[in-house]
Amino acid sequence: MSQEPAAGVTETPNEGVDLRDMSIKPEMYRKIDRIIEKYRSRPGSLIPVLQQAQEVCGYLPDKVQRYIAAGLKISPSVVFGVATFYSFFTLVPRGKHVIRVCLGTACYVNRSEEIVDKLKEKLGIQVGEITKDGKYSIEAVRCLGACGLAPVVVVGQDTYGAVAATKVMDIVNKYE
Amino acid sequence: MVETTSYRSNIMICAGTGCVANGSLKLKDALAIELIRRGLQNEVKIVLTGCNGFCAKGPVIVVYPEDIFYQQVKAEDVPHLVEEHFIKGRPVQKFLYTPPARTEAIPVMSEIPFFKHQVLRALRNRSLIDAEKIEEYIARDGYLAAGKALTEMTPEQIVTEMKSSGLRGRGGAGFLSGLKWELCARVPGEIKYILCNGDEGDPGAFMDRSIMEADPHSVLEGMIIAAKAIGAHYGYIYVRAEYPLAVSRLQLAIDQAMEQGLLGKDILGSGFDLDIEIYQGAGAFVCGEETALMASIEGKRGMPRAKPPFPAVKGLWQRPSVLNNVETFANVPPIILNGAEWFAGIGSEKSKGTKVFALSGALNNIGLVEVPMGIPLRTIIQDIGGGIKGNRKYKAVQLGGPSGGCIPESLLDTPVDYENINKTGAIMGSGGMVVMDETTCMPAMAKFFLEFTEDESCGKCVPCRVGNKTLLNILERITNGEGREGDIELLETLSLQVKESSLCGLGQTSPNPVLTTIRYFRDEYEAHIKEHRCPARVCTPLVKFVVDQEKCKMCGLCFKACPAGAIVWEKKKPAYIDPEKCTKCKSCIKACRFWSID
Repeated sequence: MSQEPAAGVTETPNEGVDLRDMSIKPEMYRKIDRIIEKYRSRPGSLIPVLQQAQEVCGYLPDKVQRYIAAGLKISPSVVFGVATFYSFFTLVPRGKHVIRVCLGTACYVNRSEEIVDKLKEKLGIQVGEITKDGKYSIEAVRCLGACGLAPVVVVGQDTYGAVAATKVMDIVNKYE
Repeated sequence: MVETTSYRSNIMICAGTGCVANGSLKLKDALAIELIRRGLQNEVKIVLTGCNGFCAKGPVIVVYPEDIFYQQVKAEDVPHLVEEHFIKGRPVQKFLYTPPARTEAIPVMSEIPFFKHQVLRALRNRSLIDAEKIEEYIARDGYLAAGKALTEMTPEQIVTEMKSSGLRGRGGAGFLSGLKWELCARVPGEIKYILCNGDEGDPGAFMDRSIMEADPHSVLEGMIIAAKAIGAHYGYIYVRAEYPLAVSRLQLAIDQAMEQGLLGKDILGSGFDLDIEIYQGAGAFVCGEETALMASIEGKRGMPRAKPPFPAVKGLWQRPSVLNNVETFANVPPIILNGAEWFAGIGSEKSKGTKVFALSGALNNIGLVEVPMGIPLRTIIQDIGGGIKGNRKYKAVQLGGPSGGCIPESLLDTPVDYENINKTGAIMGSGGMVVMDETTCMPAMAKFFLEFTEDESCGKCVPCRVGNKTLLNILERITNGEGREGDIELLETLSLQVKESSLCGLGQTSPNPVLTTIRYFRDEYEAHIKEHRCPARVCTPLVKFVVDQEKCKMCGLCFKACPAGAIVWEKKKPAYIDPEKCTKCKSCIKACRFWSID
């Protein structure tokens, strides 16, 4: 396994390089090396490795997936297959503040779809996208298990219950 | 109770996800400061407990020994509460619970209808212990059953006890747990695995989250007993990534149990070894299926495989394995301690014991309840759930999430157990109970569930991958007002085909919401298709946004609600919607109490 960062990462930014990949800094690869080292000898460790790598990088771009594949000595297609199977993993960057709207049954019957519509309208992005300034992204999630508070919106780590579509932007605006 | 001897009162503050979101941790800090300010810190003890269950009224606190239940207490209310309750010695009226349609508050927790009908077994430590302290679990007879199983019982005796208790898997399918253990115990093998399914993916279900957060040791103890029965020395708890608090509480519990010699090598000097590890899921509903869950622990895409071989023979890493649900494990220790007869003493003929349900939706009392099997659905919804919120009418309850079905008013007297619920076309499922009122459109509801299952289908088998997509397409056209003659019959035929030919439980149950909504609310489908009308006024393309001049009570509520200024209204005159200005946001429909807008 190569201990050097994957090709392209240390290059100077230019127009031809995907800016999203430039967000992966060399020190992040060092951290990923340590994660791989910890798990390499254990069978079935791909999911925890991806989880922790995503914590380091914020998301799992193609280059990071290939880097992990090389480190764990498995095919990149296996890594890609797993990374795209589970909804926890994202292949595109997330906003500084991730707004997660619960679309579980209890939230649905309490009209959480209207919250999603309002967010899409006000932020000008679709679910799964990130605002141009990188501040926010919207995610629709399946049941957060806080049905007693339906409809539920989670911004970063903070849970908000009984959110009205008309008031959701007041919550979002608190996060700069 | 634990340590009550040295304190005159115990304040149990709920620190479940719901109450924390409502500010229970701030409340705890404020109480701690106020008690010190009043010099009561050595007389009144604050305990952070797991989920109390009455989530809608959070943050909730219970004061022992008086058993006084307070709801919706904010940090700023603390001085008043301490002054009144702990200095003057009288319950504070303002924070007591008053049931809907009653004027008098009920101070004592066990007398509140929401709690009164409940029988706590899986949730036996609810509001009584601090989830992060193993000593408190032990003080409530914790690990006694594990001790008994490890030192006094043979694997065969454990299996026999479990089988005669009649405990069935609480994850949904309802397979006899003792039988599952027996099948695995009989398979020879040095290496076996005991697995706990904490991948509670059904939207509208939060029982397992609550147990893992509030009483993690009860899950570990159940796993120890099962491990002894099947001869496993390694276990995994698979917890979904959306439950960070459950993960941290379980990890703490494992660490504490290791320290106390209740896990690891030579547990309690019995010579039996067991290590348990947490495995965090990564967000895939299908991983609730046992073979998919095992594939996921192996680090692969969580796709199910054909059975047999059953996991009891070839499970995780091709080794014999037993997978049980969180609630199932939580039920095990009392069975070993009190005996199978005790457990089977309540419940119905083929469904013994209790079941935990997560009540949500259009009810007054939302939260987590544990009731004896066989209790009529009506008791849960009317008495415990306090009936429908806001003067609306009951329409249906969805049991079993996207794999389940809906139950209409005419069947509300159905006893809640595996057999009787199956007869209605729904399933017990893991215990989500989402109640819907008349403002829910049933075809749209079926579409909502199909969107979920279509999205979560792993794609391995064709009936599920293509069949669910096709079902969804048909439902989409119906709710868009483009339904065709024969669509209902097509939905029915296709649903049955998907059910019969899918590989795993996901596809075998995903058409249930379609079939049950057609069975009980066929008229709504017909209204959509034949009359281009959505009776619940949910499907926007089918709503005309016209005020029925005859039905209009001229109250002006719609006028006030309209954000677009599209409603023309004067006192004593019926309202009129200007189609040029109307944005079809449905604010008027929500505001109107008389169903006057079509």
